Amino acid sequence: MAKETPYEVLGVKPGAGAEEIRKAYRKLAKEFHPDLNPGKPAAEARFKQVSAAYDLLSDPEKRARYDRGEIDETGAERAPRGAYRGFAEGAEGWKYHPSGEMDLGDLEDLFAAFGRGRRGGTGGRGFAVRGADRRYSLEIDFVEAAAGGKRRIALSPENWLDVTIPPGIEDGQVLRLKGKGEPGFGGGAAGDALIEVHVMPHPLFRRDGQNIHLELPVSLAEAVLGARVPVPTITGPVMMTIPKGSDTGSQLRLRGKGVRRGKAEAGDQYVTLKVVIGDSGDPELANFIAEWSARHPLDPRRGTGSR
Amino acid sequence: MILLDEFLARVGAIDRPELIRWIENRWLLPERRDESWVFGEVDIARAELIVEIRREFAVDDDALSLVLGLLDQVYGLRRQMRRLCDALTAQPPEIQDAIRRALPPTRPKRPRR
Repeated sequence: MAKETPYEVLGVKPGAGAEEIRKAYRKLAKEFHPDLNPGKPAAEARFKQVSAAYDLLSDPEKRARYDRGEIDETGAERAPRGAYRGFAEGAEGWKYHPSGEMDLGDLEDLFAAFGRGRRGGTGGRGFAVRGADRRYSLEIDFVEAAAGGKRRIALSPENWLDVTIPPGIEDGQVLRLKGKGEPGFGGGAAGDALIEVHVMPHPLFRRDGQNIHLELPVSLAEAVLGARVPVPTITGPVMMTIPKGSDTGSQLRLRGKGVRRGKAEAGDQYVTLKVVIGDSGDPELANFIAEWSARHPLDPRRGTGSR
Repeated sequence: MILLDEFLARVGAIDRPELIRWIENRWLLPERRDESWVFGEVDIARAELIVEIRREFAVDDDALSLVLGLLDQVYGLRRQMRRLCDALTAQPPEIQDAIRRALPPTRPKRPRR
């Protein structure tokens, strides 16, 4: 149970002015004064509380110290605010040092490298500093990002970086090459090369995580009668069967023809068919369709509310 | 070394089930010794801080976990900074000067208009 604050005892707001506090005190003092309440110990106890509260709040210095939390409602000294900080920044604080789920990453690396540099035999007097990281930007094409590969970044005619691009890399991902940045100072470790990868879009393929999407044009005959057609994939063309009676928008799946990432199973390629009529002005086709559709009425917009 | 009952008496504002909840939330990390928990002064100070944060800012448990997580990170950084500064001040003056010169300004200069 929390103790009453002197403000609560006097029934005033914490920001109350001196005059308001004095009035509140006088009113309560009259009410609970022991001489006016003979034989009522509760009133006497209350009077003592009221007097103590007034004693504290009527003294600007004491009141300020109370407001800052330096003394409690009885005027006794209290541990200064921010006491935790004294511990947290000292040796005891390591107990609550973030670990596991919290990653201080680069900074911890930096201190670790600094520590190694110190012990690294510069006589204990030297000052080892880890070299700075160098940043590069690398554009790779869509298929290279999906399938992975090796690239060489030329820094100068006799100096280059070999970069292994892991399969399934995504646009904006950063590759870190340890120790390929600026050299360290005083025995410190070299910095890292950070390579930001930009993946170029592809005219046909679109990527969704590990899956590849492709829109494939097919002829009317292929759609109606079915066919086996070549389909591009990120690893080269494969043959795919188009089932008889396919329509625009039909989606076919080529299992395992998507992106392989790490040890996970490769994704799939989804092929969406798009029926292409071709020469729709051909009179033979037009005549046939006119006759055929007269016998096979079809309203593809039924239920779309277009009528 | 402080046992649970003494801990409760010194912190004052919380009862036993509440303290156990705090430990389960990993807001406090007492040591386990035999079958009892053992606290240090740092845990008392931390408990008082938690009491204050909850009372004065009326934060709920989730927000408090976030606040403590951030505080632990800040203090972690400050301890690391202190280690670094201690190491720097132990260096000969010429090395300290070289480091001061190598420090980039903390605030970029504003372009003049």
